[in-house]
Amino acid sequence: MDKAFGIVNFGGRRFWVEGMQEYRPSGAMSFLGRYRTVDFPISNLSNSGIDRIQVYIRRKPRSLVEHIGTGRHYNINSKRGRVHVLFSENGMDHDIYNNDIAAFLENMECIEQINCPYVVIVPSNMVYVQDFNELLQTHIESGADITLLYHSTDDAKEHFLNCNTVNLNKQKGVLSLEMNRGTAKNRSIFMDTYIMKKELFMDLVHRAHKESSMYSLADIVSLVCPELDVRGVAHRGFFATLTDFKSYYDANLSLIDFKTALSLFDPEWPIYTRTNDSCPTQYFEGASVKNSVVSNGCLVEGSIENSVIGRGCVIKKGAVIKNCVIMTDVTVAEGVHLENLVVDKHAHIVHVKEVIAEPGEPAYVRRGDVL
Amino acid sequence: MKHNNMLAMILAGGRGSRLHELTNKVAKPAVSYGGKYKIVDFPLSNCANSGIDVVGVLTQYESIQLNSYVAAGRRWGLDAKESGVYVLPPREKADADLNVYRGTADAISQNIDFVDTFSPEYLLILSGDHIYKMNYAKMLEYHKNCGADATIAVIEVPMKEASRFGIMNTDETGRIVEFEEKPEKPKSNLASMGIYIFDWKLLRRMLTADMKDPNSSHDFGKDIIPALIADGKNVFAFKFKGYWKDVGTVDSLWEANMDLLDKNNELDLNDASWKIYTEDATTLPQYIGPDAEIDKAFINQGCMIEGAVKNSVLFTGAKVGPGAKIIDSVLMNGVEVEEGAVVQRALVADGVRIGRGAVVGSPDSEHIELVAKRVKGVE
Repeated sequence: MDKAFGIVNFGGRRFWVEGMQEYRPSGAMSFLGRYRTVDFPISNLSNSGIDRIQVYIRRKPRSLVEHIGTGRHYNINSKRGRVHVLFSENGMDHDIYNNDIAAFLENMECIEQINCPYVVIVPSNMVYVQDFNELLQTHIESGADITLLYHSTDDAKEHFLNCNTVNLNKQKGVLSLEMNRGTAKNRSIFMDTYIMKKELFMDLVHRAHKESSMYSLADIVSLVCPELDVRGVAHRGFFATLTDFKSYYDANLSLIDFKTALSLFDPEWPIYTRTNDSCPTQYFEGASVKNSVVSNGCLVEGSIENSVIGRGCVIKKGAVIKNCVIMTDVTVAEGVHLENLVVDKHAHIVHVKEVIAEPGEPAYVRRGDVL
Repeated sequence: MKHNNMLAMILAGGRGSRLHELTNKVAKPAVSYGGKYKIVDFPLSNCANSGIDVVGVLTQYESIQLNSYVAAGRRWGLDAKESGVYVLPPREKADADLNVYRGTADAISQNIDFVDTFSPEYLLILSGDHIYKMNYAKMLEYHKNCGADATIAVIEVPMKEASRFGIMNTDETGRIVEFEEKPEKPKSNLASMGIYIFDWKLLRRMLTADMKDPNSSHDFGKDIIPALIADGKNVFAFKFKGYWKDVGTVDSLWEANMDLLDKNNELDLNDASWKIYTEDATTLPQYIGPDAEIDKAFINQGCMIEGAVKNSVLFTGAKVGPGAKIIDSVLMNGVEVEEGAVVQRALVADGVRIGRGAVVGSPDSEHIELVAKRVKGVE
């Protein structure tokens, strides 16, 4: 489909996954054992026939650049199409000027060069599947200037905090975007997903910069709602935001359930990721595994319950892992008991007998840490 | 060819008819193994890991799948400049008619022109249907150090089984003085692994002569190697230690899979320094349900397990329904075992569905049951 190209945008300063995001940009966070969050938006674009994809990185690019590589694993025609990794002007963590508009301006030449009339802008820190080809058709047929994708929830008091919500009129016209501060249960959460003409997008980027150096794309779109035809389209199916530590943990654990997983993963809509050439996982005598998602390359002798296990983990005899999200290459020594944790890559939990956090209040074990 | 001036040729034309339905549509090197691999991934990954850049794969029997599979050299990283995997089925040439490969040596003879385009110093001959990890660079080093004309990789087999193999009798320096194909009374237990390094110029001369010999069966083991030894050439035995398996039968393929369950298994597919590369499957991680029981298992990505799995190997995307039991068995890619079914001492072929409540295989069978067709459920 030459009609549209894709932009995978970063989350920005509103969102911060405590601990994990110290080491990596939002798109490079490990998800459900074998994925990184950016696999979802890129696969959605690729499956929609969009093979010109720009991925913007705000900070800490290494892990994301490595993961995306040539982009070949996303099943795009790598001659005609391309996954193009682009950086914001300065990669400073807490620089308030380092936002998406600044990144787009920095790379305006690359945007101008793409010969597609439409752009689909998607976030790197939200997990859902969506056929953008279908959404583009809806957008074109409706005659709208901008189409926004949203997800209705009755759970906005506790969840989706700091996400934008769309204020809709009865005709699904968007009146404004507003941050969710947890004041009401029923909200239409904006999925940070936009479709518009490329020319309009470029105009808005320039205009945002002129209005305020701190304006983000969402800010400017909210501002132009009264003068443009901005419409909302409801998304159905699995939707999770990885916008803070708790939502990251919850999203992982929610997908342990077969039925929930099947609402996200459709064999006709593959989610691609980079292979690691790990061998299958080996369970030894005495291992016990219940209600869990396990990646390849693990050696399991202990017990795993209600957890997500990343690639290449070693779970020794008598170890117990319960309600945990364990990332790649973690070692859990004999008899160690872990509960309600997110354990980052390469951590070795060997010297302590137990690390147990309160249910619903997961704790974080740092990347490469030895406990 | 940058690294070591050695080109590898993998003999992958064999049918493997004792694998029955498993090789009805694909050649033996394309048979699945170990949860996610095809057998031919082993020699190809060994080549890649040994720094060999150019690999020719000689195919003949049911070669469509195998040809397209191996041709994608990037799976093994064999796609850089001056590197590649070349598929070599028999072909018609300007100066020769189309002929099937008459034997292992003839397969190389018919591709002398191909080898010549790379003008290597050494030629490595491999078999496409063995499971093992081996550093061919070390074997080449040995070949050079011995000043050998040819080097044959050998493995020690139990003396009582030696009469099933091609046996090498060596002197104290490791030089082969005698080769006996399946001897009744073996004098040594050094079995040929079908892995040879030749000086290409010498081999080229021998093959050219062999092609014209009406009495030759055009086979390395039967013709070329004995002729080299008879000529008094320096043929050395390179001793290999480690896991090596020729999976010729359903029983031995099952056994090779079961070997992976052993904690001290020498093949060690988890060794990050010598990975075996294969096709990348786009699937979920493995899903283990709330009532599943897993005890000694080797399970690949994409599996969904709700029942019990004991002492078994599950390939990509195998599904085990609630209450189903998989015991001492191998479920190949995409096998579905429905609710309450029992699979025991069986090898279930790709994509086979075993219906609700069905019972397959038996705990005290002499041979492993090969299940290659759908098994209906019991109502």
